[in-house]
Amino acid sequence: MKPDDAQVNWVEEPKLGLTGKMYLPLIFSGLAVTTKHLFGPKMTVSFPEQRPEIGNPLIYRGVHRLNKDEQGRVKCVACFLCATACPAHCIDIIAAPSPWPDRDKYCESFTIDELRCIFCGMCEEACPVDAVELTSLFDLTGRSREEMIFDKEKLLSVYDMTKDAEPMKSRVMGASP
Amino acid sequence: MLAISIEALIKIALLVGGLMTGAAYFVLLERWIAAWVQDRKGPNRVGIPLTKIKLFGLGQPLADGLKFIFKEEATPRHVDKVLFTLAPISILAAALAIYAVIPFGSVLPKDGVPGVDHQINLIVAPGIDVGMIYMFALSSIAVYGVILGGWASNSKYSLLGGLRSSAQLIAYELPMGLAIVGVVLMTGSMRLEEVIGVQASTGTWFAFSQPLGFVIFVVASFAEAARLPFDLPEAEQELVGGYHTEYAGMRLIMYLIAEFLHMITASFLIAILFLGGWHFWGITGGSSTDVTWFQAIARIVVLNVKIFAIIVFFMLARWSWPRFRFDQLMSLAWKVMLPLGLVNLVAVACLVEYQPVLESKLGSLGITAAMWAIAFVAWIAAGILAPLHSDNSARKDNFVLDAERRNRGLRPGIAGPSATGPY
Ligand code: SF4
Ligand code: SF4
Repeated sequence: MKPDDAQVNWVEEPKLGLTGKMYLPLIFSGLAVTTKHLFGPKMTVSFPEQRPEIGNPLIYRGVHRLNKDEQGRVKCVACFLCATACPAHCIDIIAAPSPWPDRDKYCESFTIDELRCIFCGMCEEACPVDAVELTSLFDLTGRSREEMIFDKEKLLSVYDMTKDAEPMKSRVMGASP
Repeated sequence: MLAISIEALIKIALLVGGLMTGAAYFVLLERWIAAWVQDRKGPNRVGIPLTKIKLFGLGQPLADGLKFIFKEEATPRHVDKVLFTLAPISILAAALAIYAVIPFGSVLPKDGVPGVDHQINLIVAPGIDVGMIYMFALSSIAVYGVILGGWASNSKYSLLGGLRSSAQLIAYELPMGLAIVGVVLMTGSMRLEEVIGVQASTGTWFAFSQPLGFVIFVVASFAEAARLPFDLPEAEQELVGGYHTEYAGMRLIMYLIAEFLHMITASFLIAILFLGGWHFWGITGGSSTDVTWFQAIARIVVLNVKIFAIIVFFMLARWSWPRFRFDQLMSLAWKVMLPLGLVNLVAVACLVEYQPVLESKLGSLGITAAMWAIAFVAWIAAGILAPLHSDNSARKDNFVLDAERRNRGLRPGIAGPSATGPY
């Protein structure tokens, strides 16, 4: 970098004025700011008693769910796009020939390791049929590692749990059913 | 003899108990204020154990203390074992011993306490004529605790913290001493009770009659207590934990308590030396020792309220201003505070020497006004002349010079218009 480079925009700090050099006025203005905050409104949410407000549940990235279609069947067509997209490699799918005539394959087993997941939402982005989605449940806990590996039944039950509060995004956002 | 020692022991028990509880609860207050200033709620969960009663988190100090007691007392293998243990003990002992000469109230009424034939003075060792020197000496011993801890830890961060604090505490002891000498000149006594007595009988706190000395003393107390913006000995961002980086468990808590005690001591001294101690107009009466129970208790309450307010100020200050850089700290001490202290001292000395003449010419209000005028002029002169505001921002001319020097194969960053500052 040359000092007279036209790309470099030199911004110089303003020099201290007389009040600044006196120091005490600046000290008191600092004190005024802290005192104002001392009595100001607080941001903290007292968590278990008080739930934080989630701005838009549709774009929040919490625990996953596997969506069902109108007939209650799992929507997933076992294309493996989500597993491929997943940067944490935490999706494990076993595909099987579909028992239904409208698709070739379905997922016989579908597991997401919620402990390895980084909740990036790539799986949701990748899915061509909007089968896997991230809900706004954020306080996920468990007592063992096994418990935190969500299988197909558990992921479908998350859908049943959240489908009323959070409709399927594709429908809300105007995509094909 | 026995009665006197029992009396002293009771006072010591009250004082040490009060101070320890105070220090524990000031930790909670500090965390609260930190949280409130940052728009958080702060610790508000711990109440009575095993119940759901939360009490605004007042159980927190107890939990903190228990945590420290049950922590592993880790001693790193590379430390000097004896000094490593001695350092926190010495700093805590010194911090507590100061309270022998610090009054925590005034006196109890004559014949107020059954079975005691003399008036009880609310100070552990009443009537020590070298009170202030004793206090000064002990507060300097704190430096030993810090340096010993830093040295014995045998770790670079601890050593740097210890070195910084030795330089800092010694540098700020001078302006602090000068401010105290101003007070001593005005009272003519080294006893803290006497200092309060003079302020109470005249009704003018020394903060009004010596504004410059007051400001210097407050700044120096911040530095002596190593509170932000002068907390360089333990600057977390730079030195991990400073001189107590290697400490854990009980030895760490001794350091932490000693630090809080330093702050409480500083508040006591600010309140006693400059803010009238237990005196408040209209409530506490003059300096007479002939007090009623109401006055005796009012004096204790007034003193404690003042101390509490100063401590809150200490804690707010922590979040109001950024930390000084070390060179700024030193130049503040030697180039600003020391000259200002001398100005204050000379002004007070002249005032005391020529008091009758000045009083007849100016009146006592005029004298105070003159002191304020001197303070203002000296402060403005210091602000303009002193290098408090060193410029170390990246400037274009500097950058050009650096590049030239580099081209000539010289070391960059030495010369340059703004690099020729005071450092
Ligand atoms: S959210 Fe990201 S990390 Fe988690 S399963 Fe989906 S793609 Fe993988
Ligand atoms: S969830 Fe979606 S992306 Fe993943 S396998 Fe099933 S259909 Fe494909």
